[in-house]
Amino acid sequence: MNREIEAIYALWKRELIRFFRAKSRVIGSLGMPFFFLAILGTGLSNAFALPMEGNYLEFITPGIIGMVLMFGSMFSGIIVLIDRQFGFLKETLVAPVSRTSIVIGKALGGATTAMFQGIIIMLIAFFLGVNFQIGNAVLLLVFMFMISVMFVSLGITIASKMEDMHGFQIIMNFLIMPLFFLSGALFPLSTAPEILKAASMFDPLTYGVNGLRFILLGYSEVPFATCFAVISAFTIAFIAIAILAFNRIEE
Amino acid sequence: MASNAIETRELSKNYKELKAVDKVSLVVEKGTIFGLLGPNGAGKTTLISMLVTMRKPSGGSAKVNGFDIEREAGKVRESIGIVFQDQSLDDELTAKENLEMHAAMYNVPKGERRKRIEGMVKLVGLEEQLNKEVKTFSGGMKRRLEIARGLVHHPKILFLDEPTIGLDPQTRTSIWDYIKKLNREKGITIILTTHYMDEADSVCGKVAIIDHGKIIAEGGPKQMKNELGGDVVSIECANSEKCRKQLEGFAWVKNAVKHGGTVDARVEKGEEKIPKILAFAAKKGIMVKSVSLRKPSLDDVFIHYTGRTIREQEASPGAAMRLRRKAWGQKR
Ligand SMILES: Nc1ncnc2c1ncn2[C@@H]1O[C@H](COP(=O)(O)OP(=O)(O)OP(=O)(O)O)[C@@H](O)[C@H]1O
Ligand SMILES: [Mg+2]
Repeated sequence: MNREIEAIYALWKRELIRFFRAKSRVIGSLGMPFFFLAILGTGLSNAFALPMEGNYLEFITPGIIGMVLMFGSMFSGIIVLIDRQFGFLKETLVAPVSRTSIVIGKALGGATTAMFQGIIIMLIAFFLGVNFQIGNAVLLLVFMFMISVMFVSLGITIASKMEDMHGFQIIMNFLIMPLFFLSGALFPLSTAPEILKAASMFDPLTYGVNGLRFILLGYSEVPFATCFAVISAFTIAFIAIAILAFNRIEE
Repeated sequence: MASNAIETRELSKNYKELKAVDKVSLVVEKGTIFGLLGPNGAGKTTLISMLVTMRKPSGGSAKVNGFDIEREAGKVRESIGIVFQDQSLDDELTAKENLEMHAAMYNVPKGERRKRIEGMVKLVGLEEQLNKEVKTFSGGMKRRLEIARGLVHHPKILFLDEPTIGLDPQTRTSIWDYIKKLNREKGITIILTTHYMDEADSVCGKVAIIDHGKIIAEGGPKQMKNELGGDVVSIECANSEKCRKQLEGFAWVKNAVKHGGTVDARVEKGEEKIPKILAFAAKKGIMVKSVSLRKPSLDDVFIHYTGRTIREQEASPGAAMRLRRKAWGQKR
């Protein structure tokens, strides 16, 4: 048991070292959400009739945090693929450590770096004038953690199934972007066409974004209890699937 | 039985139709430096992958350090170190971080980690580079780091798949020196594959030649060379296939193989046969460019059993590319 915890810790640390070492990557990963907030958020600030109090910038801030959590953690999951391509995966796979621990270590590492990015975006939003009303900081962290673990797991699952990086563009365009746009991060679902609304109910990020919006601003288009239940269920299911998929890797 | 580092029984691995490893039964005694020699695609890496519990056998069984590779995979893993054919370091970490990571994964006691890492790094001469990122390393430095890493947890058996491929001669020599030293001083059993026959000859206590997934010969290098017997006369000539056929017809030629434009004939008392060969060549109108005489080398043993040289395999551009790509971790 002790051995497994050691390994989880080592893998967690590795994700952190890799993340913070590549300064350009840290800055690069924060660029897009920053422009979403600073340009889209402020530019459209009076263009929408919002179903909540506050301006458009406030409306999209939880959505952008959700996006950062998703992008950041998905990318951490996909590192499995890079590891395979550069051979490091083998070194992890032959270590006397269970595959489950490897997935957990990676998931925790990916979640930590994603949450770090999420919190930076929160700070940026704060300086742009977003008036947060955080009722429960612990709940916020737990919720962000669950969203991140869910998406790292999805990334690990995909990476375990893919042979090389060629499929990455497809994942980016046909999975990550639709999940983001459908989640109601950028526009209110309540006024969206029925078909979009229906589709968004199948998008786990919808519950993530709305849950965050509730914790940060006290408003949500989906009841918070539903958000919390759905995200918990997805997180558990996705990590289980990731463990299964990772266990199937032959090499 | 515990005196054997490795015992396999009819160990096999199929990839669909292909029998990559075909009923290999092998025993490696503890403390040996054991060389697996074979042309590209012979099944060396596949065999090692099964022994290190990376790939599941399709049939047969094996014990490594007395542990069954399927039922006791965890114990096998704890007791072995591996240097893969392809690079397997994390480029973005420093040498030290790579080693620390490994030590943690192999449960090296915390208090000992620093000492062990320092010791290993010294052994492979990378003290100066300890805190540099691996992506700044040369191929040889990476290889040495991988060897150091494979040793941090004090394995009883070290697997080295092509440890010196793509390295310059000096680095190759120094890596073989480390390997011999390890074996001598720490009694570590070493299983290695290599394409360099002369190196296998000078390093290995025992070798096995593997081709098409089967072990076709096995023994000490010296013993294998002696068994071949006699001398090798190499004749470089214009019409080498004709020359080979003719030579084979003589009772005093044990066998003759052609590789490239050269024919190797194994004979007794080679110095007396050279004039005979030259005389017959002149008679048959075979243009001889050069003739040389030598004692059989491991290369000749290899030729004897596989009918071709290991160099021929490497000489084809496809094979060379494949090896290089493998050695450098398939970077695009
Ligand atoms: N994952 C795989 N799937 C299908 N075939 C494979 C796989 N790995 C290896 N092979 C095939 O099995 C055979 C043995 O390959 P292996 O890598 O063990 O050879 P090797 O002796 O290590 O060769 P080399 O000297 O080139 O490293 C080859 O024909 C190879 O194409
Ligand atoms: Mg190989």
